[in-house]
Amino acid sequence: MADATTAAKDLAIDVRGVSLWYGTFQALYEVNLEVKRGSITALIGPSGCGKSTLLRSVNRINERLGSYVRTTGSIHVLQHDVLAEDVEPARLRKEVGMVFQRPNPLPLSVRDNVLFAHKLHRTGQRYTRAQEDGIVEEALSTVLLWDEVKDDLDRKATTLSLEAQQKLCIARLLPVKPSVILMDEPTSALDPAATEALEELIWELRGDYTILIVTHNMAQARRASEETAFMLLGRMVEHGPTEELFLRPHDQQTADYIEGRYG
Amino acid sequence: MTNIDRTVDLDRRGRDWYIDKAVSWLVFVGGASAIVLILGIFAFVTKEGLGFILGPMNFVEFFTNPAWRPTSRPPTYGILALMAGTASVTGLAMLISVPFSLGAAIYIGEFATGKVRETLKVLVELLAAIPSVVWGFIGLSIMNPLIIRVFNVPLGLGILNSGIILGLMAAPIMTTIAEDALKAVPDSYREAAEAMGASRWQVILKVVLPAAKHGLMAAVLLGVGRGFGETMAVLMSSGHSINLPTSPFDSVRALTATIAAELGEAPGGSDHFRALFTIGILLFLVTFAINLTADIVVRGKGKR
Ligand SMILES: Nc1ncnc2c1ncn2[C@@H]1O[C@H](COP(=O)(O)OP(=O)(O)OP(=O)(O)O)[C@@H](O)[C@H]1O
Ligand SMILES: [Mg+2]
Repeated sequence: MADATTAAKDLAIDVRGVSLWYGTFQALYEVNLEVKRGSITALIGPSGCGKSTLLRSVNRINERLGSYVRTTGSIHVLQHDVLAEDVEPARLRKEVGMVFQRPNPLPLSVRDNVLFAHKLHRTGQRYTRAQEDGIVEEALSTVLLWDEVKDDLDRKATTLSLEAQQKLCIARLLPVKPSVILMDEPTSALDPAATEALEELIWELRGDYTILIVTHNMAQARRASEETAFMLLGRMVEHGPTEELFLRPHDQQTADYIEGRYG
Repeated sequence: MTNIDRTVDLDRRGRDWYIDKAVSWLVFVGGASAIVLILGIFAFVTKEGLGFILGPMNFVEFFTNPAWRPTSRPPTYGILALMAGTASVTGLAMLISVPFSLGAAIYIGEFATGKVRETLKVLVELLAAIPSVVWGFIGLSIMNPLIIRVFNVPLGLGILNSGIILGLMAAPIMTTIAEDALKAVPDSYREAAEAMGASRWQVILKVVLPAAKHGLMAAVLLGVGRGFGETMAVLMSSGHSINLPTSPFDSVRALTATIAAELGEAPGGSDHFRALFTIGILLFLVTFAINLTADIVVRGKGKR
């Protein structure tokens, strides 16, 4: 029992027995997933197996669909039960940032994009323009975008290149210091060079942030993650250190998938 | 006989061909006649109006004299009071209908779902279908006594009455266009903001409204155009007396209402008759400018 609690402390995300229904369609079946603090975990599996659904349950953005979505089981983020009634989604989403498949910067300036979440969550304190500039520079430097846009901070963010847009979408999460960042196929809209740049960046963020990343790209999962979880048809099939899962999968379905025998 | 020997006729003009031709010809005539009609009306109005503009019209007097006395001897043709009437009524109408319509559009577009939403949209469309003479009647027989009783004034026909009526009349079109503008904002923006922890209201205020601002401005402009050009309801609810207004209870007379009321009595070809057409040209130009601005504003959305 004591062991279990110390172990729980090292977990950033702890998904237990989560089932989820879209209307009458069940998309997740009793899914379990443990994500260690400061690690990068890749979530892989064929199209439609529920990766996005699982990810979107962690920050409860699924709730946008209203009562049409029903979730059972428990999801703990840093030991807080996030599915509990009294959890404020705004606070949860400050702690758990999300990067989407298609870069989705807001139709505002680069600067306003970086400060958007920051302005939502700063309570009471006053920030001078210089302090805000500092925040913007730090966030953009972290994602290696500063040099490219530093003379163009008033430019509308939706006019940047896709690579820059996606980096910006990561940068805008950083000022509120989230502990977890969820990424849903963040490079699938990018060309190979941009993908490589993004992967490097994600690798750099390791340790400072816990990252759960969905990917269709086996090579990306191998390159850019420490642990990998494999899902199939709404079920969690296997989860372990990335090297081990790819070299010695325990489950035949996992082996079939990483050898490319599913779509 | 084998298939190879069969003769083929690729040039056959069957029934479908003729139907097709006939329908496209009909559609063309319909479209062309609309354009011809509009040009014709414009030419007619201009011809009548030009007779006044190039003849007895005194530009300075026309725009700066508050006295509109076309039947006095000698007549004065000043439309300052009429412009003030139209401006005050339209201005008040916008003060009322802009917040009302934006609120309704935000509720319908961002909050209401399912049946509620559909019902509200149908209601708004029904509101748009009420004929203006009915609105005028409401102004005359409901608003008038109501204003007299509530504000304890001798007459309830005036800027306040007309402004409220016009505001209600302009609201449906503004609501519909504003809602379209909100709907055109990609949902991915809302999702992105919500995923950063924005509440519904923060999403609307900080993301949706700024993103839709061109469409919303167009909605307001078209509402202004609607109020500006309205005739019958203003005629019935404004009191129709020539006045440079100083209070919202003053009776005023609008440009449109003046034309409607006097054109039948003015002898064809007289100065009076032509002066009314000159007012018509003015109305035409302003409405055209408003619609053009709305159009440019919406197009401007594509740039930057
Ligand atoms: N809003 C929805 N309503 C109904 N069914 C949905 C909805 N969203 C997803 N689904 C279904 O739930 C299942 C899981 O979808 P999900 O998007 O989580 O899959 P995924 O693993 O992310 O797939 P992909 O790799 O294609 O992104 C799919 O069968 C999908 O059709
Ligand atoms: Mg997905």
